[in-house]
Amino acid sequence: MLKFSLDSRRGSFHLQVECTFASDWTVIFGPSGAGKSTLLRLLAGLDLPHHGSIALDGRVLTETNSGLHLRPGHRQTSLVSQQPALFPHLSVAANVAYGLRSLDHAARARRVDEMLDLVGATDLAARRPQDLSGGQSQRVTLARALAPAPRLLLLDEPFSALDGVASDALLIRLQIWLRESNVQTAVATHDATDALATSAEVLLIRDGRLVALGPASEVLASERRRLLGRLETN
Amino acid sequence: MDWQAFALSLRLAAVTTAILLAVAVPLAALIVLGRGRWLAAVEALATLPMVLPPTVLGFFLLVMLGPRTAFGRGIAALLGHPLAFSFDGLVVGSVIYSLPFAVQPLVAGFASVDTALVDAARLLGAGPVRLVSSILIPLARRSLLAAIVLSFLHTIGEFGVVLMLGGDIPGATRTLSIVLYDQVENFDYAAAGRTALLLLGLSAMALIAIYSTSRNRGITRRA
Repeated sequence: MLKFSLDSRRGSFHLQVECTFASDWTVIFGPSGAGKSTLLRLLAGLDLPHHGSIALDGRVLTETNSGLHLRPGHRQTSLVSQQPALFPHLSVAANVAYGLRSLDHAARARRVDEMLDLVGATDLAARRPQDLSGGQSQRVTLARALAPAPRLLLLDEPFSALDGVASDALLIRLQIWLRESNVQTAVATHDATDALATSAEVLLIRDGRLVALGPASEVLASERRRLLGRLETN
Repeated sequence: MDWQAFALSLRLAAVTTAILLAVAVPLAALIVLGRGRWLAAVEALATLPMVLPPTVLGFFLLVMLGPRTAFGRGIAALLGHPLAFSFDGLVVGSVIYSLPFAVQPLVAGFASVDTALVDAARLLGAGPVRLVSSILIPLARRSLLAAIVLSFLHTIGEFGVVLMLGGDIPGATRTLSIVLYDQVENFDYAAAGRTALLLLGLSAMALIAIYSTSRNRGITRRA
């Protein structure tokens, strides 16, 4: 369970959200500029809130009152951004292995194979990032984020470069694997169809404030009607 | 040709460059990755020797490292000899004088690395040392090479600090640029021309090496 209370200011933008994610899969939905990426960066520990706390399964990751802040990489939290940030000087396999330093060589190689297989990128292992398409890069970035076995996976519009069919197939395989591996996931998106595609808990966020939290069918009812209306019109 | 001075200049430049790399890489990483307003003061201090007249820096170091100050006396007691007018003193002066020429290219190179890559490495558990060694340095190789070459050449051509701090002691502090000065003072223009050509050749060869490396890697834009 992910529990957080965050107050963060950046320029004129003010994020103030208090929330608990109890579901295995939570969608953070909101328009561009609502604060989704800011929230994910705070949860990942890349940025510090001005006030607040973050706890994952009862373990405190950030608490400004006591000055506690676990560094990224020590929070069992992975973040995959919209823009794949693969290390250009390393092969795909070396990218996936980057966070597996504590494993011995054989275990590391097995884990890399397992992760690349999960995202359907086994044949890309020897390639360099600059030789990959946008969709392939996103798959490899996902494999790299999953390799260290995080407890919390944060996805920031991670499938934007994949076509619909490929995205759906990967999403189904990923959800099964995450459930089996007991990884809690939060996915940020501004696309209502993505949010409605999964029977997930949805956090609706707007202008840095929590608007609603609940089942997708309830929180996104108006978005669903809008999408259906557009289909009927067409 | 004063080969003793030539060898001393090369030795001084090599030692200075090695020390500068050990100092400048972590310093540049701190300036780029660190947070806090005090870092502006650190960067300003690291750049100061670039705008300071070499004779001014040499004078301050001469006074500070000499017997007039407690610091200078302490160092002399520790080493068994004063730092001023010694090779070790020249190394100290050269490191301070050439510091900006090592730090500035590295700061520019590290700052040009995409912050998303730095974030990705941090999320995967990289601490500062691994971040610098496995991401920043490989992705800013050309800046590292520029820092090495600039530090080396700047030390080879150093004059004001060397003269103020080291004087002109053969085998200990007489470098090629001091030899050139002596030759001109003695109206020995033929010898001065050879020394100047040697210094010019060293600089040109090093710069050609930098640019040919970049061209081989396809970094430099072709006309």
